[in-house]
Amino acid sequence: MLDQNTPGQTLLKVENLTTQFEIEAKSFFRKPTMLTAVNDVSFELKEGRTLGIVGESGCGKSTLGRSILQLIRAQKGRVVWQGKNLLDLTPEQIRLARRDMQIIFQDPIASLDPRMTVGDIIAEPLTVFEPKLSRAQRLERVQEIMAAVGLVPEMINRYPHEFSGGQAQRIGIARAVITRPKLIVCDEPVSALDVSIQGQVITLLRKLRKEFGLTLIFISHDLSVVRLISDDVLVLYLGRIVEAGDCATVFSAPAHPYTQALFSAAPIPDPKLARQRSRIRLQGDPPSPMNPPPGCPFQPRCWKSTDICRTQMPPTELVRQGQSAACYHMDRPPEA
Amino acid sequence: MILNPAKRELLAAELLEAEGLSPEGRSLTKDAMRRLCRNKAAVVSIVVLVLLILVAFLGPYFIPHNYEDPDWAAFRAPPSWEDGHYFGTDPNGRDLLARVLYGTRVSLAVAFVATLVSVVIGVLYGAISGYFGGRLDSIMMRFVDIMYALPYILFVILLMVIFGRNVYLLFAAIGALEWLTMARIVRGQTLSLKHREFVEAARASGQKPLKIITKHIIPNLVGPVVIFAALTVPEIIATESFLSYLGFGVQEPLTSLGTLIAEGTDAMESMPWLLAFPAVFLVSLLLSLLFIGDGLRDAFDPKDR
Amino acid sequence: MTDQTQKDVLLELKDYSITFKTPDGDVKAVSNMNLTVRRGERIAIVGESGSGKSQTFLGIMGLLAKNGQTSGQALLEGRDVLALKPRELDKVRGKDMAMVFQDPMTALNPSLKISRQLTEQLEIHRGFTAKAASIEALDMLKRVGIPDPTRRFNLYPHELSGGMRQRIVIAMALLTKPKLLIADEPTTALDVTIQAQILDLFNDLTAEMNTALLMITHDLGVVAGLADRVAVMYAGNIVEEAPVDELFEKPAHPYTAALHAAIPRPDQDVDDLVVIPGRPPNLQHLPKGCNFSPRCPKVQDDCIDRPPQLETLAPQHCAACFHPFPRREELLTHA
Repeated sequence: MLDQNTPGQTLLKVENLTTQFEIEAKSFFRKPTMLTAVNDVSFELKEGRTLGIVGESGCGKSTLGRSILQLIRAQKGRVVWQGKNLLDLTPEQIRLARRDMQIIFQDPIASLDPRMTVGDIIAEPLTVFEPKLSRAQRLERVQEIMAAVGLVPEMINRYPHEFSGGQAQRIGIARAVITRPKLIVCDEPVSALDVSIQGQVITLLRKLRKEFGLTLIFISHDLSVVRLISDDVLVLYLGRIVEAGDCATVFSAPAHPYTQALFSAAPIPDPKLARQRSRIRLQGDPPSPMNPPPGCPFQPRCWKSTDICRTQMPPTELVRQGQSAACYHMDRPPEA
Repeated sequence: MILNPAKRELLAAELLEAEGLSPEGRSLTKDAMRRLCRNKAAVVSIVVLVLLILVAFLGPYFIPHNYEDPDWAAFRAPPSWEDGHYFGTDPNGRDLLARVLYGTRVSLAVAFVATLVSVVIGVLYGAISGYFGGRLDSIMMRFVDIMYALPYILFVILLMVIFGRNVYLLFAAIGALEWLTMARIVRGQTLSLKHREFVEAARASGQKPLKIITKHIIPNLVGPVVIFAALTVPEIIATESFLSYLGFGVQEPLTSLGTLIAEGTDAMESMPWLLAFPAVFLVSLLLSLLFIGDGLRDAFDPKDR
Repeated sequence: MTDQTQKDVLLELKDYSITFKTPDGDVKAVSNMNLTVRRGERIAIVGESGSGKSQTFLGIMGLLAKNGQTSGQALLEGRDVLALKPRELDKVRGKDMAMVFQDPMTALNPSLKISRQLTEQLEIHRGFTAKAASIEALDMLKRVGIPDPTRRFNLYPHELSGGMRQRIVIAMALLTKPKLLIADEPTTALDVTIQAQILDLFNDLTAEMNTALLMITHDLGVVAGLADRVAVMYAGNIVEEAPVDELFEKPAHPYTAALHAAIPRPDQDVDDLVVIPGRPPNLQHLPKGCNFSPRCPKVQDDCIDRPPQLETLAPQHCAACFHPFPRREELLTHA
């Protein structure tokens, strides 16, 4: 449903992906309690494009990213990657597939092993996938990639705790790109960084995307950051896609009430505009994924909800070219 | 005049240099050692421990008597400078200094053997159990629970029957019991480590599970393991002393600090030196090990102070 | 200063500094700061991590880490809170000034019911009876927008969502009707839609109760809709202070300008992202001249020689820079 019409080869296809966690173990007397973190998610990603995934905490965006990489095993659906469904592969086969799909984490320092030097951290994927490289060749590759992400090669023997957040994130990025993967999942890569550093990391990601021909999945809670880097965007609420489409369309005319509320709540660094604009004040908190509301997940907080929203999950429909949403009362373009 | 970008970078580089960042990194272990060296009690304890080890292993070569042959001229002799029995002799005429040194040597060796065995088994067992989790973890941990439930002394007596003649094997076996607590500690640490992002990053890099355990999990356990091991050594020395006191430990004429103290207590009133000297050695050994353990804990977890 | 404006001043920081003693030497987290807060005024303190923005106010509340030392004066209604004995400070802390932290769980006791935590404050500081206290507390819960307050009154903190917990903490802070409310990144841990709710709440309640608000944040976007005046901190110094509109329209300090330009906007497509090169300085090895000089696009020789002092550029607008006022286009060419 997402960007079926954009040209280019499909790199990744996700169909009806559902990921559940057991939150209370099965016992003799009762069935296990399940939490559905990702619910029936489908999309297609073309080579070279960047997909932004936006949502609030607990909406399942990180779980979705990890389910695609099979760092968390999903229960239902398909993740089609290089012609194979990843859900059918054995752990060993998935391990080998990781050469082409990598991840960048939110907390840059925590994602680096504190007892390893920067050189060893960056070289780790190489030691796994290209074990035949000589020590000198490996060093050369590491230094080459360090230069590409803006790290001084002299830092190679330092340890992670000696770095600032921004530099640590560069190390994480270097590790992710050293095997020249095709797909990188970026899980909130700039939310832990200062504003002045955020821009540096985004600029670096944009540069690497061009140089290495990367396809990115960019997960963030921040609409503004997603807008800076993505071609397409998915809005997730309680594990479901509520709106999807190409960035330009979704950002200029959000159709789903939740997307509209998200835009309206995003702070704007302009005092006059901030005072003028009328905010959509959402009531209450997102519901717990442990007992989702019946019907549309957004219905308890939605100012447009009617009876049908409380009983039936709205189907996903095309809003206009390059934009789809799942809502009975979405803003549709005026009939042509 | 506006600086050009090159000059600005030079300026930034100078600042970096001013921060004292040399190209050689400071590893966490080096950091911990630096902190340990600032801890006076720990440093003194390390010096005492090293001295004790040197004296115990080299001392016997420099004294006139050996530990098993009786001196027919001096039974029950109090300490004296003239005849070379600086610590006196025991009821069998054996030189107490030689016996204390030898006993220290045995106690230390026994403790290190047992600790080494417990560390190796405990770390591997705990890390594997914790990392793989699930059913394997349940089975492995239930086994530990069962072992815990069995009475310790009963086990030691059983082991005595099997290994009775060989002290080192006996204590290797005691080490094989001591690992239970180590395994539990390591498993707990592994459980929290395996959800850390750097372990997930290693999985995402395609690293094999066993490699993740050896390259990422175990090196990050160094802190708690070293601390616990440093505290296990004195515990085993105390256990050995206790077992020897009960008569289960080291066999004559070989001796250990525990055996010596047991003998010394029997003759406490008539020959106080038999108790005093081994007790001083044991106490300084235990105290220095405890202080080193404490110092290591502070050095590895500076936040917990 | 006339008598009237003098009366208007609630908190005044004079030559206020904070130094931390560390094994590697002294670290000056805040140096020689001057700031005036008037009654009912909403001031935002903006800075990145390590700018000293949080330490400043932990110092005033007497909540610094053990190795921290304050100097200078912090006059609350003319009384220097830095010179108060712990006992007296306790009284002031509960009654005249209150603090809201980033993580609501640090302020709530996980083993006590909400009701107990709220009423305790009133019983201690305002001598309420148990019954009067619970009526007052329930009323406050309603005012901070907690739906169904009677039911939530008897819950434990872990049974509430993050947004609800932050509301409870705000209710707790406002119960004693403080004159000054210090909020340290109160919305950073919250989702955007909840953040908007909490900011609205601050807006309404401080106006209603005439409480002065000191909002500490790293996010200029949050500040725009809420504050009357903004102070920007960098490496332990205030580098610019101005009324909110003026600060956003005519930033004088290159750091403020760059920070403003570097914020991605949800309502605009930005192709040329402004990037501030380098990173904030290590407080132990500050540059000789201006702290921002190694990253500044406008740096000149005098900036490296000596640190600039805060100077008034327009009424109520001051900045510490030898060469103020760069434009956005200028920044872009240097990024």
